[in-house]
Amino acid sequence: MHSSNPSTYPAKPEQVYFFGTCLVDTIYPEAGLAAVELMEREGVQVIYPMAQTCCGQPPFNSGYWEEGRVVAAAQMALFPKPIPVVVPSGSCAAMMHGHYPHLFQDGRDDEQAAQAREFAARVFEWSDFMLNVLAVRLQDQGPPVKVTYHPSCHLLREMGVREAPVRLLEQLGQVTYVPLPEAEECCGFGGTFSVKHSDISWAMVEDKRRTVAESGAEVLVSMDCGCLMQIGGAMAKAGQNTRVIPLPQFLRQRTMEGANP
Amino acid sequence: MIPNPTQFKRDVAREVHNTTQRKNLKHVTGLIRERRNAAFAAIEDGEGLREIGKAIKQESLSRLPELLEQLESNLTRKGIQVHWAETTDQANQIVLEICRRRGITQVIKGKSMVSEEMELNPFLAGHGIEAIEADLGEFIVQLAEKPPSHIIAPAIHLNKEQIAELFEEKLGEPYTVNIEEMTAMARRVLRGKFQSAGMGVTGVNFAIADTGTIALVENEGNGRMVTSVPPVHVALMGLEKVIAHIADLPPLIRLLCRSATGQSISTYFNWISYPRRPEEKDGPEEVHLVILDNGRSTIYADAELRETLDCIRCGACLNICPVYSRIGGYSYSSIYMGPIGKILTPQMAGLETAGHLTGASTLCGACVEVCPVKIPIPNLLLRLRQEANQPTAAGKEIVKGAGSKRSSGEAMVWAGWKVLHSRPAAYLALTRLAGLAGGLLPQRVGPLKQWSKFRKPPRPAKRTLHQLLKERPHS
Repeated sequence: MHSSNPSTYPAKPEQVYFFGTCLVDTIYPEAGLAAVELMEREGVQVIYPMAQTCCGQPPFNSGYWEEGRVVAAAQMALFPKPIPVVVPSGSCAAMMHGHYPHLFQDGRDDEQAAQAREFAARVFEWSDFMLNVLAVRLQDQGPPVKVTYHPSCHLLREMGVREAPVRLLEQLGQVTYVPLPEAEECCGFGGTFSVKHSDISWAMVEDKRRTVAESGAEVLVSMDCGCLMQIGGAMAKAGQNTRVIPLPQFLRQRTMEGANP
Repeated sequence: MIPNPTQFKRDVAREVHNTTQRKNLKHVTGLIRERRNAAFAAIEDGEGLREIGKAIKQESLSRLPELLEQLESNLTRKGIQVHWAETTDQANQIVLEICRRRGITQVIKGKSMVSEEMELNPFLAGHGIEAIEADLGEFIVQLAEKPPSHIIAPAIHLNKEQIAELFEEKLGEPYTVNIEEMTAMARRVLRGKFQSAGMGVTGVNFAIADTGTIALVENEGNGRMVTSVPPVHVALMGLEKVIAHIADLPPLIRLLCRSATGQSISTYFNWISYPRRPEEKDGPEEVHLVILDNGRSTIYADAELRETLDCIRCGACLNICPVYSRIGGYSYSSIYMGPIGKILTPQMAGLETAGHLTGASTLCGACVEVCPVKIPIPNLLLRLRQEANQPTAAGKEIVKGAGSKRSSGEAMVWAGWKVLHSRPAAYLALTRLAGLAGGLLPQRVGPLKQWSKFRKPPRPAKRTLHQLLKERPHS
């Protein structure tokens, strides 16, 4: 993992690739746009290959590795230059950074396996990249607000990114970061788990919803839109009015001139 | 107990609403977790200790056949009789034959998950032999006529009021929630049984090859009684429990006790090395070790899946699992429950029977952080999901029941998904369309119906990120 060994962070690059993820593309495009703009504001040129689709995690997690492999190979081909690939999701970043080498390492195509290892080493999760590579300093423009953060499991445990999102929030002068009780417990999303095992998923998200309420936060942020879809969806259905928003979008809103989120 | 997908769904649907059980589990798993974390924080290099534990298990397993032979020869030399059982039936028969030869009608037991795997108690009962559980938690679930619901804490799902009711009903004791009094009630029953039992049965935590020693940890002294009072002691172990050297034991014991209960060392630690020797006044006249395979050698054959056999049965993964604490141990219909059960049971029972358990995980990875031997449970779940869903030629199965979970419907969904996501033009067209048709997606059928039961459905954005970035003035 990049974060567990700071010496593996590269120097600030001139160019980066952005892999937006299918969920951000189709449901949370504003979060993707914000992630791109915040990197550009740091003077980095962001390349977004228009042919990108999905990292391949859904079939991979469901036991359909060949289908995942075909789509993963198509993605890797779109990011040939030796520059960082930044991903605004802990889970999709973990798929590309952690699982691609394994997915392609079954001896059937050594060249592709080597390509997967080279590619995987360049994959960074967005909040980690913003803090530890771009060394961003955010200037808060918004009114006082209490914010809590849900650490998604794959960002936390597969990417090993524990601190970056909170460090970014703490840069905002008017934002009070309030910890989420039992923060590191899963929200119950789990991709297809959320519909295949909806009873368990329900039991998990109900507890997550309760801890968000206990935190006293007005806003809940996270780096994984799957978790936000899960927690936000359960809150909306139950009439709990905490605002739920992806971290890049929140940071973008807070740091714009005349921000009023 | 045979896992079954339909039963699993039914049990889960019921147990997530079992508020008493969920409260009990949350309370006790929370307590054990706190103690476990404190115990690791109190030592200098907990992470390093886990690395050592992993290395010992990996090294032991890499030499497994040789170590098992060495163990057998050293135990035999010391008068401990070693038996090999490929199946649980064979293991049960071995125990039965010893009982018959000695005319034993009563057996007293220490805690043993392998005995649960064998379903030894009902088997013996069927042959007129009474088996009594001497571990307090096991004693409680035996009164309730249930198997353990947790590997380490068999009655974790019950609170003291529920146990008091059970004692009142089954033992005819007056209702009390005073834990000392309740423990005394159990002790009164068990003391008599220790005296009258013809055989003591226990599990094995570690078997040391180079010294020929069986190591057993416990907290109640019942293990000491079971292994020393009855004239016959039978220890049951899965074949993965052997370690090479006595020097391998201290790190594993440190890890096991800290991970299981947050103790730096268990209250009792039993070394079993010999039957009673001529100059000794007590101890069993006969000691037997039954070494059980029951599918383990198949697991062993695959280098990646072999990590399943690293497990030292501490239960830490259960205590941190967000699924276990919400559905309880019985929902799995499996002797081994929780995260470890989800990788172990499908491999032992076969994917056709227990493959569904591999899906009941969000792959959150909380278990990996506490596993004393760092078993990559989510990665093994992913591997087993693949084994379950890949078309597999007969005779080519690495895991029993490989390919049995593949359905033409799901295969078609992912085939279609693959086409859509490997053709950018198709993907772009469809995602744009979804944005336009966002509010019109069917919400009363399929995945969206499941989703919408307690969550507001996500609404596709009017313009995708692809569109937003393409249309930006300066790009």
